[in-house]
Amino acid sequence: MLKDITLGQYFPGDTVAHKLDPRTKILLVVLYIAALFSARGVVGYTILALCLAACVRISRVGLKALVRGLKPVLFIIIFTGILNLFFTPGDRYLLEWGILKISDTGLRNAVFMVVRIMLLIMGTFLMTYTTSPISLTDGLEQLLGGLKRFHVPVHELAMMMSIALRFIPTLIEETDKIMSAQKARGADFESGNLMQKAKALIPILVPLFISAFRRADELAVAMECRCYHGGEGRTKLHVLKYERRDYIALVLGVLVVAAVLVLRHMGL
Amino acid sequence: MATMIKTETLKYAYPVEEGEKQTFALRGVDLEIEKGSFVVVLGHNGSGKSTLAKTFNGVLLPAGGKVYVEGMDTCDENLLLAIRQRVGMVFQNPDNQIVANVVEEDVAFAPENLGVPTEEIRKRVDDALKAVGMSEFVRHAPHLLSGGQKQRIAIAGVIAMEPACIVLDEATAMLDPIGRQEVLSTVHRLNREKGITVILITHHMNEAEEADRVIVMDDGVVAMDGSPRQVFTQVDALRSMGLTVPDTVDLLDRLQKDGLDVPLDALTVEECAGAIAAALRAN
Repeated sequence: MLKDITLGQYFPGDTVAHKLDPRTKILLVVLYIAALFSARGVVGYTILALCLAACVRISRVGLKALVRGLKPVLFIIIFTGILNLFFTPGDRYLLEWGILKISDTGLRNAVFMVVRIMLLIMGTFLMTYTTSPISLTDGLEQLLGGLKRFHVPVHELAMMMSIALRFIPTLIEETDKIMSAQKARGADFESGNLMQKAKALIPILVPLFISAFRRADELAVAMECRCYHGGEGRTKLHVLKYERRDYIALVLGVLVVAAVLVLRHMGL
Repeated sequence: MATMIKTETLKYAYPVEEGEKQTFALRGVDLEIEKGSFVVVLGHNGSGKSTLAKTFNGVLLPAGGKVYVEGMDTCDENLLLAIRQRVGMVFQNPDNQIVANVVEEDVAFAPENLGVPTEEIRKRVDDALKAVGMSEFVRHAPHLLSGGQKQRIAIAGVIAMEPACIVLDEATAMLDPIGRQEVLSTVHRLNREKGITVILITHHMNEAEEADRVIVMDDGVVAMDGSPRQVFTQVDALRSMGLTVPDTVDLLDRLQKDGLDVPLDALTVEECAGAIAAALRAN
């Protein structure tokens, strides 16, 4: 059950979508999100959906994997959809049923909201599917590098993130081990109501936290032994470099956003 | 031969809560470790062997006395980076010393910290992985490797600093026999081919058989110091310190006590068999 976590799941590949510089991909996703939130009409959303479809096609990531990413947020999608559907006041009501009323703007908003959230999630997932966590952190560190001037600990944050990513499989394995050990001692994780189930987690979490702290301690010593002394004067094995494809992708991205903005003014 | 590490009346006490009695983990250790040698430090739990190892590159600073690495005092904070670059350390749990989630990134960690130029890092990573026989795993995720393989990656991560000395602090303790053999043969090869000084901390007696020198720690002091033959023939003294002797020596010791005239200093199985055969023939 613990193995199903899709957080930062990466599908290795050799397509253009994989080869793009992580910074390019992060910027493109930022542009894409900005465009999603400024789109107003059917045409705008259609353009963005087509862009996403094209990117999915290029990346050769299966549509199935992408849709699977939607599952954990299904509840939020349905919830916002229903809220928008019933509680948006409008000029004309299509349906009235007690206090539940569906207005024309409500229907419109609900559909757009659901489409927007789905496109948003699939777009960001596409980035994490095609970018290894380590190059993603590298990209973020480089992009935010300018903030160092304002005393934002960019290197430290990036290092923390990559170490956290590195330890996810280790800690999942450990959790499985602890669960088995507690089960062997008669612990019951399946039955009971929500409260009892939550309580049953304590004998898992306590040993897990203790061991995580111990690991952190040992890792810190090991890092110091390998001459780690912060980000100052550090070099890199893989230096990020913008290629021609990155410039092309960025120009295309800016063009799409511009198109969506123009369409917004035209109310499409 | 030049000296790699030198300790002078080295003392160390772990910090304690107020009211508790302070006990010294190291109570005056004088050692001189030669460059290029293969030294095994033995001792049972709590003998101070791991504490001793951690003073060799300034992870722990002496509470009394001094530690010098190639003449550099570990108490001098300005020299700490230089000392750690000279003396690499590999720890017991491979999972807790691997930093990155790709093998090559992990091996590159130390040279990156040292500010080595990118092309040079590439070369060092490839060389280090080749030296530990893990070249084909460059792009692998470390958590999918076996214990022995992870520990070899950790060794590669240390070699990439180009150290003069590697300290293995019970680095084989968590491994299965195959993994242990992989790690041991790797460090022996590094010692032979690259002339890297190896200090192996362990409580497995048989890992000491091929060492140049064996140091036995007991209760914070050096109890024995000499060649494997000199140390392992002192069977009763070793047992009184809670240590076992290698199986071969144990067998010879029991035969000797039963009246068979065999020498005790036959460490390998072949030597042992030869010694027993010779004694039986003489009978």
